[in-house]
Amino acid sequence: MSINLLKVALIGNPNTGKTSVFNHLTGLNQQVGNYPGITVEKKIGYCKLTRHKKAKIIDLPGTYSLNASSLDESVVIELLMNKNNEDYPDVAIVVSEVENLKRNLLLFTQIKDLGIPTILVINMSDRMKRKGISLDIPVLEAELKTKIALTSSRKNEGMEDIKLLLQQYRSLPNEPCLDTSKIDTEYFDRLKKAFPNQSLYKLWLVITQDVNFGKVEKHPFEGVGSFVTKSSSELKRLQQKETIARYKFINDTLKKGYVVDKSKATDLRGILDRVLMHYIFGYVIFFGILLLIFQAMFDWSSIPMDFIDTSFASLAEWVKHTLPKGVFTNLLADGIITGLGGIVIFIPQIAFLFLFISVLEESGYMSRVVFLMDRIMRRFGLSGKSVVPLISGTACAIPAIMATRNIENWKERLITILVTPFTTCSARLPVYAIIIALVIPDQRILWIFNAQGLTLMSLYMLGFGSALISAYILNKTLKIKSKSYFVIEMPNYKLPLLKNVLINVLEKTKSFVFEAGKIILAISIILWFLASYGPGEQFNNAEEIVRAEVKNQELSTRDIDNKVASFKLEHSYIGIVGKTIEPIIQPLGYDWKIGIALATSFAAREVFIGTLATIYSVGSADDLGTIKSRMAEEVHLSTGKKVFTLSSGISLLLFYAFAMQCMSTLAIVKRETKSWKWPLIQLFGMSAIAYVVALIAFQLLK
Amino acid sequence: MPSKLIYLMHTIATLKKGEKGIILEFEIDEIPLKFIEMGCLPGNHVELVQFAPFHDPLYININGSYVAIRKETAERILIKRTN
Repeated sequence: MSINLLKVALIGNPNTGKTSVFNHLTGLNQQVGNYPGITVEKKIGYCKLTRHKKAKIIDLPGTYSLNASSLDESVVIELLMNKNNEDYPDVAIVVSEVENLKRNLLLFTQIKDLGIPTILVINMSDRMKRKGISLDIPVLEAELKTKIALTSSRKNEGMEDIKLLLQQYRSLPNEPCLDTSKIDTEYFDRLKKAFPNQSLYKLWLVITQDVNFGKVEKHPFEGVGSFVTKSSSELKRLQQKETIARYKFINDTLKKGYVVDKSKATDLRGILDRVLMHYIFGYVIFFGILLLIFQAMFDWSSIPMDFIDTSFASLAEWVKHTLPKGVFTNLLADGIITGLGGIVIFIPQIAFLFLFISVLEESGYMSRVVFLMDRIMRRFGLSGKSVVPLISGTACAIPAIMATRNIENWKERLITILVTPFTTCSARLPVYAIIIALVIPDQRILWIFNAQGLTLMSLYMLGFGSALISAYILNKTLKIKSKSYFVIEMPNYKLPLLKNVLINVLEKTKSFVFEAGKIILAISIILWFLASYGPGEQFNNAEEIVRAEVKNQELSTRDIDNKVASFKLEHSYIGIVGKTIEPIIQPLGYDWKIGIALATSFAAREVFIGTLATIYSVGSADDLGTIKSRMAEEVHLSTGKKVFTLSSGISLLLFYAFAMQCMSTLAIVKRETKSWKWPLIQLFGMSAIAYVVALIAFQLLK
Repeated sequence: MPSKLIYLMHTIATLKKGEKGIILEFEIDEIPLKFIEMGCLPGNHVELVQFAPFHDPLYININGSYVAIRKETAERILIKRTN
């Protein structure tokens, strides 16, 4: 037992079923984290090989080659180049797919040339018969100087073979497939003289990374910078030469061990493409699917959401009644449990959305949507690849912004990141719901349409519309030069694997709950503190002051308690903030109480209702009916007019539609754009639009 | 080179649905490396599978891989038609 933990890196092109192989090998024995400093997901799983030996498998992001063109891909190179990395693999598994073996082998030959012991997995063997493909494994193994496992992740076949090969990894041949230095002997000779102890291929990779992406740490090769003597197009020409040499090797190899009998091939792709990518039906089907997604998100998910809502409310009540009265109990019930409820409530919608997105991605349909939408989106300065982020944005902007990573063109990607927060995320929904119920009459328009439903739909349209319009304006004003690089693989159609879909949904939901959850929870606690404490006499003596005021009125204890709470809030820290900003928000039709909710909403929109619930002293945010009736009765103290009217309601709806009120999103934008400039532009730009639009709406409707 | 002039007429963007060609040459700085790695190399076969409205983007089969690229990229890749 020399080593009992074998470190394995799982590498492969996108769409090869790499993640299915990972899921089969590790089961649910997975951990998802982030690579230090960046938000690329790092998936690690464990797999038992023998009684004494375990493999620690890292599922690296899908990549087409070792020349990175995105953050996700650069992770692969950085790990494989750095022997000191704690995850540097003992063995690499390259997953390829039987139909695209030629292209998949390009990456394989590159990994081999790094000198890492490498196993080749040829996946999707179940498709061989249908496509008329036959393989000569011993010949391929000899030519490629490796061991091959033929697998079918769909049928869960061949996984034992991978495990067996992993155990015998010491017997894997180590020599490279190609001699890269042949593409420019003179240049490589000079490199060799300067760095006699380094692998020439690694040096070459470090030198060329800059051409496309430029994010490999250079410290292992001090002084290599002086060798970037060639212009970037010269280097790129050499890369092309390298690619040609690799394909020549691959073609020669496949001639010996790979036969396709085209007459036996059946063509599902052609038939489905003709329908799904039709210039009319293609769009009809896509919009049909969109409708289905929204139906699921807003209709079907309301059942579990209501359940979560009432459960957390009763939990908070139970805590209040069971635990001894005190600061700690209040913090737990009003701060922590209410805060947690505010996160958990979004799980059904987010899970539904990711369920659809991962089914569409797994099946290969999403690439078709990108193809169909690219031209239309480009008019607005976006890319076909912006469609997925914009749809995801209706659940939450955070995963949506992370989904922009595969947009190659920086300008298109930046614009997508900047406009995604305009789409109506699920955090706006509770705010919309209560205000619509309050100010829009529940009546039918033209017999069939419900006025409240129409308003909600218009707000969603407004979200998409303002995203597109601001993208158009940004496209015209941003002076960023970047080449229009757009390449997308059209993968084979596949029936999605339930296991993959479920693991994906679980993971995405989990990361939302933890990432966004941390911030929402922290805000709830701070908010609770600011609302529960205040400076000066008035806050401390609230009880006596209120009791003195209402002495002559016939009030129940409950009403008096409510009045005390309300008075305390007014003189708490947060109340003082609300009073201070009141002059600014008065022209929009809001009073200081709404001001507080507005201010706290800049942390996260969903705290709006919780804040109002505290302010209107109904105790619990989950008793929507009570908050609503309380809001409906609310009057301006000076004029006696109602606070929530059609004009102030519409103004509030529009404010929430446009304002950038989400700290988590700003944090993600900062990480993805690597600067404070863009999140600050979002924060002030969007909020300024919100203010102006709400102002105009209120003043016109007043 | 008169023969080259004739080739200049044909790029991936001038192919009609179902038509095939062989890649001749392109200006390397205009083509993303990723596309080159996917098989856009002189001598490789290319077939136009389908195109979106306005003939853009183009869905092609290149060297056995199914890929979509924009028209502006396709216009820069000179080809010789084979059918």
